[in-house]
Amino acid sequence: MSFATPTPTAHRLRHIRRKFSNLCWQGLAWGAILVVVVILLWILSSLVRNGWPGLISADLYRLSTAAPGSPSGLANAIYGSLVITGVAIIIAAPIGILAGTWLAEYGRHHWLARKLRYANDVMLSTPSIIIGLFVYSMAVATTQHFSAWAGSLALAIIALPVIVRVSEDVLAMVPNTIREAAAALGAAKWRVIVTICYRAARQGLVTGILLSLARISGETAPLLFTVLGNQHWSTDFNAPMATLPLVIYNFARSPFDDQIALAWSGALLMTLFILALNLIARLFARRGGR
Amino acid sequence: MDNKFLPNDQTTESDANTGGEPKLSLKKICFYYGKFQALKDVTLDLYDRQVTAFIGPSGCGKSTLLRAMNRIYEIYPGHRATGEIMMGGVNILSPAIDLNLLRSTIGMVFQKPTPFPMSIFDNVAFGLRLSQRLSKSELAGRVEAALQKTALWREVKDKLRQSGLSLSGGQQQRLCLARAIAVAPQILLLDEPTSALDPISTQKIEELVAELKRDFCIVMVTHNMQQAARCSDYTGFFYEGNLVEFDATEAIFTHPSQRRTDDYITGRFG
Repeated sequence: MSFATPTPTAHRLRHIRRKFSNLCWQGLAWGAILVVVVILLWILSSLVRNGWPGLISADLYRLSTAAPGSPSGLANAIYGSLVITGVAIIIAAPIGILAGTWLAEYGRHHWLARKLRYANDVMLSTPSIIIGLFVYSMAVATTQHFSAWAGSLALAIIALPVIVRVSEDVLAMVPNTIREAAAALGAAKWRVIVTICYRAARQGLVTGILLSLARISGETAPLLFTVLGNQHWSTDFNAPMATLPLVIYNFARSPFDDQIALAWSGALLMTLFILALNLIARLFARRGGR
Repeated sequence: MDNKFLPNDQTTESDANTGGEPKLSLKKICFYYGKFQALKDVTLDLYDRQVTAFIGPSGCGKSTLLRAMNRIYEIYPGHRATGEIMMGGVNILSPAIDLNLLRSTIGMVFQKPTPFPMSIFDNVAFGLRLSQRLSKSELAGRVEAALQKTALWREVKDKLRQSGLSLSGGQQQRLCLARAIAVAPQILLLDEPTSALDPISTQKIEELVAELKRDFCIVMVTHNMQQAARCSDYTGFFYEGNLVEFDATEAIFTHPSQRRTDDYITGRFG
């Protein structure tokens, strides 16, 4: 190695080599992103192609699933999905936000907080089928029947670590100066948290809840062991209920064309729902950034 | 001990000026961040309707002393103050003190403006709503009075419902000042209140300090020696956790009795 100025040719050579390797990496990166986009478009286009005709028929929203050959829709499954995920979020959101509050506001430097954060991260990546089995053994096996409650419980357990994590993160981002300013006016700690920190972190908290809602609305495995599914319209939370993921799971394997078409429509509907949730979450997040 | 020259003759002089008991009497204050000792046996008196300025290089303990006076440091684990701060015959460092009550008696404004994420009105009303049950009209009256006192009323009276964050930096700092005086504290602690502001906003705040002096005992930490000279009646010079010298501002800036004070204010170090 010499530290002298390189000769013009060496300089040029190095320049060419640099350009070439840059081109290679750029090409690879472009190729990779192309693969991702193509797969996404492929999924979306086949969803739209197969699901769209059913999606725009009113029967889809009016009728419940029925025996093959008779007119049927997804009304019972749409209803089931909405209320089961809704109840799950109602269970998980307060617990998750309060747990996040403890981690960010009370136990930030506590030794227990570190352990809890780790446990929460483990929960985050626990396969949902395991949570389904857990709730099956705790709630279904003991009560001797499948129920919508059990499904909501399973989904709540899946949503919980997401909400805990996001809540802690957004609360930790609230600057300490603002906490000091509120405390300096004579506000008790709980009051600072409720009136100042929650307000400052509001957009982030809502975003976290919406994202966890998006996450659980597509879950199938935990519902198999808990809600079971129901061919008919049911609003009984103590009984099995139909949900979109379960109908898709069952009908997509059906030999009957009308059921397969319903599965496609259900899949498209669910995708659009999750897409909408993500868009709303982004909108909230962006408003918060201002 | 560096502040051996401090005590009695000074106190009599102050008494002559104000004709009263000190508002706040600090005795042998030590402050610890964990194991690090940031203040060493600081003793001084603060008088009502006077502005006292704390000057000194960064890390000398002047802000720390300010934060001990309303015990805001207690938000953080490991921060600890010893000694006595007497106010109206009560040691406010005593564990029996109701912190929230104490802090509504001793207001504080920080280095960076800290408007809450709520409307201008709610910002000023925040402290009032904590401690008192006021009718809507009383509340509005108190908010207006506080905004008048900080010369902000004319600028914001048509947008009280807008977010406090929509104001300019200087306005935000005056909003914080209004928020602090709305609860009618007896003492105002200003922790470098203008260091994040432009010269015009700084001037406005300094004018306000001169105004507010009529009603409050004001303690101001500042990096800016001209500001201390302009605004304060008393000045304390801090160095490495010690109160090196405490005297009438004029005396400090014209004939300081300590070599280090002289070196600092003439710009030889710090």
